[in-house]
Order: sequence, then C-alpha cells, then structure tokens
Amino acid sequence: MRVLVCVKRVPAPGAKINITEDGQSVDATNLGHTMSPHEECALELAVQLIEAHGGESHVLTLGTAEADEQCRWAASIGISKATLVDAGSMDWDPQRTASAITDSIRSIEEADGGFDVMIFGNESADTGGFQVGVRVSRALGRPMVNAIKGVEVDLEADGKGATLEARRETDNGFEVYQLPMPCAIGVKEGITWPRYPTMRGRLASKKLAVDVAVSDAVPGGQMKVRLNRPEEKVSETVILGHGSEAAPAVVELLKELGLMS
Amino acid sequence: MSVLVVIEHDRGQLADASLEALAFAADVAAQLGVDVEALLIGVDAVALADECAAHGASTVHHVADASLTDYGPDAYGGAVASAAGVLSPSAIVASGSDRGNEVLAYAAAELDLPFVANCLAVKTADDWEMTRVQWGGSLNEEARLASSMPILSVASHAAEVAEPVTGATATVQTLEVTLPESATATMIQDRIVLSEGVTLATAPVVVGGGRGVGSAEGFEVLEALAAKLGGIVGCSRAVTNNGWRPHADQVGQTGTRIAPQLYIACGISGAIQHWVGAKAAKKILAINTDPAANMVVKADYAVIGDLFDVLPAITDLT
Repeated sequence: MRVLVCVKRVPAPGAKINITEDGQSVDATNLGHTMSPHEECALELAVQLIEAHGGESHVLTLGTAEADEQCRWAASIGISKATLVDAGSMDWDPQRTASAITDSIRSIEEADGGFDVMIFGNESADTGGFQVGVRVSRALGRPMVNAIKGVEVDLEADGKGATLEARRETDNGFEVYQLPMPCAIGVKEGITWPRYPTMRGRLASKKLAVDVAVSDAVPGGQMKVRLNRPEEKVSETVILGHGSEAAPAVVELLKELGLMS
Repeated sequence: MSVLVVIEHDRGQLADASLEALAFAADVAAQLGVDVEALLIGVDAVALADECAAHGASTVHHVADASLTDYGPDAYGGAVASAAGVLSPSAIVASGSDRGNEVLAYAAAELDLPFVANCLAVKTADDWEMTRVQWGGSLNEEARLASSMPILSVASHAAEVAEPVTGATATVQTLEVTLPESATATMIQDRIVLSEGVTLATAPVVVGGGRGVGSAEGFEVLEALAAKLGGIVGCSRAVTNNGWRPHADQVGQTGTRIAPQLYIACGISGAIQHWVGAKAAKKILAINTDPAANMVVKADYAVIGDLFDVLPAITDLT
C-alpha cells in the first residue's frame, strides 16, 4: 500500500512564546524547530502501516526550504520518500495551503501511483486552522475524518474492498468509522508512540533525495494582521500553607467552592 | 438575512458548546442588525428546537433527511453548504469543537469559501476582523477576512452562555437539502463505550499529576483524593511520555481541555502545552515543592510541599 503523511515545520517554543517586533511571527531566535505531536504520531502510524502491509510511505510538507530538516527526520524513522513545496513562507492561509498540497499530491500520484491512505495531523501546532486535510481530501474526492485516535486497516474487508476503521475518542469511549480506501484521516497525539530514529536511520536520512516543488496557488480570503499574546489572568497566588499542615485550609477551600459539605 | 448557527448534538443530545456558539452569534447578529437562526441536522435533533429558541434563535431550520440518523462530517458539512445555498445567511457559526470545526471545514470546502477556526471576537465590516486562537491558546491572531459569507467557529469559552428565556417556543421550518453522494462513507458505524460517569471534560474536580508524581504507582494518592471528591485524575504530557498514564488522561494542547470548578495540579511545572489545556478551570490549586514553578505562579491557590505529604493529609480530612 501507499501512505502519505503531511507535516508542518514549526518553532519549538519553551515556557513562553515570544513574538517578533513587527507582530508577524513567533520569534524563533535560539529556538529549534519541530512539527506538532499529532504529526509525529502521523509519521509513526505511516511507518507502522507499511511495516504491517508492505509498500511505500511519502512525507509532504509546505513551508520554507528549511523544512528539509523535517523531511529528513521523517526519513530517519522510516519514511521512504519526501516532497517539499517551497512556499518561501510558513504563513500561507488554509485555502492556499490546501490548494498547493492538493496539486502536489496529484503530481506525486501521477508519477508514483495513488495513495491508499493520506494522514494529516488533527491541526497544525501554530496556526490551528483545522481544515487543510478536509479541503485536500474533498478536492481529491476521498472520505476524511478528523480527530482519530485508533486505526485498523483491512485490505480485504468481506466483499467491501479495502477499508480503514478509524476510531475517534469521545467522553466515554470511541466512535467508529469505516472508511472505504483510498481515504484520509486527521490523527491526534496518542494514536501511537513515535519511535526515536536509530543511528542507521539518521545516516540513511542524509542520503534522502527531497523533491522540491513550487506552487502557483493563489491566496484565500483569510489574512493575518498580527499576533499578540492574550491577556493573562493576573491573580496573586494565595499560599494556603506548607506541607501537610496546609490540609485544613485546603478543606476550607473545597467547602467554600461547594465541592464538599 | 441571519447569522446561522450549526447546532452540535449527538443523536439529539445537545453539546453545551453550541450554547456558547449561539451566544457568540448573538453578538455578531447584533452588529449586523439581523436575527440569529439555528440549523438542526438529523432526525432526532428537532427536540432541541425550543432550547435553541430559549438561547436566542428566532427560527430553527430542521434538516430531517431520513439518512441523517447519526453524525458524519461529509453529510453534515454537505447539509450546511446546501442550507447556505437556500437560506443565504450573512454568516455561518458553529462551536470550535472536533465536530464543529470538521463540519465547517467540509462546508467551506464545498462552498469554496474561507473558514476561520476558533474565533474569540469578531468585528463586522466590509472586511471582517477577528481575533482567533493560535498555538492552542498561547497566542492570539488578529485576522482579516474577505468572504461573501463568513464561516467561523467559536473558540471554547469565548462566549458566555446567555440565561435561557423561559417559555420560548421555536418557529421550526423543515429544510430540504441535497446531500453529497459520498455522505454515507464517513458516517459513524458503531460506538464503543469504555466508561460511564465523570470524564475529564465534565468532572467538577480534576486532580492532575505531573513529572513530580515520579511513577505510575505514585498516582494512587491522586486517585484517592479524586475518589473522595467525585472527581477524576488527569496528567501532564511528561507523564504520558513516561508511560505512567494512558494518553486519554492527558490534559493539554494535544490532550483534553478541561474546565472543572477546581483543578488540583500536583507536581506539575506548568509548561505551556499543559497550561493551555488547564487554564479554563474556574480555580486552580497548585501543589508543588517549588514556589517559583510556573503552575504555582499562575494558580489561584498553592500549597508548597511534597504532594505525597499534602495529598494524604487532605484525603484524611475529606
């Protein structure tokens, strides 16, 4: 089978996210870069599906040329091919991003064959637009469900053709979807445990030929004006005490909040 | 003209976030000088019509297609897009939940229009201006939108639910829509129930543990207090990464966002990924040996000390 994973390079912030003076982006000075935990799990899932069913995995990213680093990370854990759509920016709006990714997938499929499964992160770590996967899947005519935390692929489901069972977590369990393949899913962290690259994987990733593409996708209707930090609730922390001696004060607080009688 | 609110429900059970979406829509509608109308999708959903009216919907449009017995993003998104074609609303609004965002993404893709997720505030003008959530709530984005029909979801807790109007009765209009042929492929086929009772998302008290708990066994003291208070245990990402708790217990940007009456954060440093999932708690009590920990500084209350001394002492008194 053939599996595609879409990832996005983002800064890896520490305890506080700083903004550049012009308010246009996260100040990434002294920061490393990564991808969202959802996407790390998406890559791992793709590698596991190929290990179980055979075939080829492909990572696709859109951003700056530096996203080459994320392609190589993907290769270091076992993804076999990579395409980077060089947008010269990490800031394309959701419609433009989806359009460029759709075009790129069409080109890859024309050359290498169709993908049976496309995996997206539930939302990007930074802009959180919650839509690129759905737009791409719809444009390509494939069913997609988001927020998935469990997957089972059955390539010969009784007379129904290949099926992907996708589970979405609810308050008390799971909703189960049966998607006819080819299909797409947006996954959440926790669907699987991402592996660490082996030394062999790291060495192999250096030899990966990352296919660099460009896009003529036009901007959509949503435009960023600037970023700012939300006002934090400023509250003086009330210290109820030290060690076990604070227990009676905590109990008073619980009573005050109506949480015990 | 109206602001059309897509009401989220599960087989006729209203999602509370929809009431926030109705409240948010009321503000947008007031700016535009139009009414709020609700869209109920699914056979069972009509039972919610009066509740929508009590929360400000002047008219409720009910899509009762016989195939819509359960949720499916393509079917629901297609129904929204089709309804938009018939009703021509000024804007479409839904809650910024898994389902709300997914349905609006499908509808926006079908209509080839922008969709702005997780808005905190909106100013309507020729080009709409909105404040929306980025980085899971750590940053806000000021955005401008050029669209013939703005489609937006409402960030969790961005609007306060209005007091319901007692005795309100909805004007219900049945709406015929055209559903995409692909609609059935993404419908829920089954449900697996793992637990009944309180959940992280609904518990009045969450007792959370972080790296300071030290081991899977260490959570026994948290479990004991949570059981006494009718609450539930949650944890930080450090804990799930160490394999001490399942990911389903994780509170944070990529886990569950909680909003209990009280969050008791034990041995949690308060990394940004955790904080954005916990900050909607009404009150936060941090228990930590480090008085300078981010969680202690941001909390409403704190006890400075070892959680293994403090928690059993509280449990004994409750």
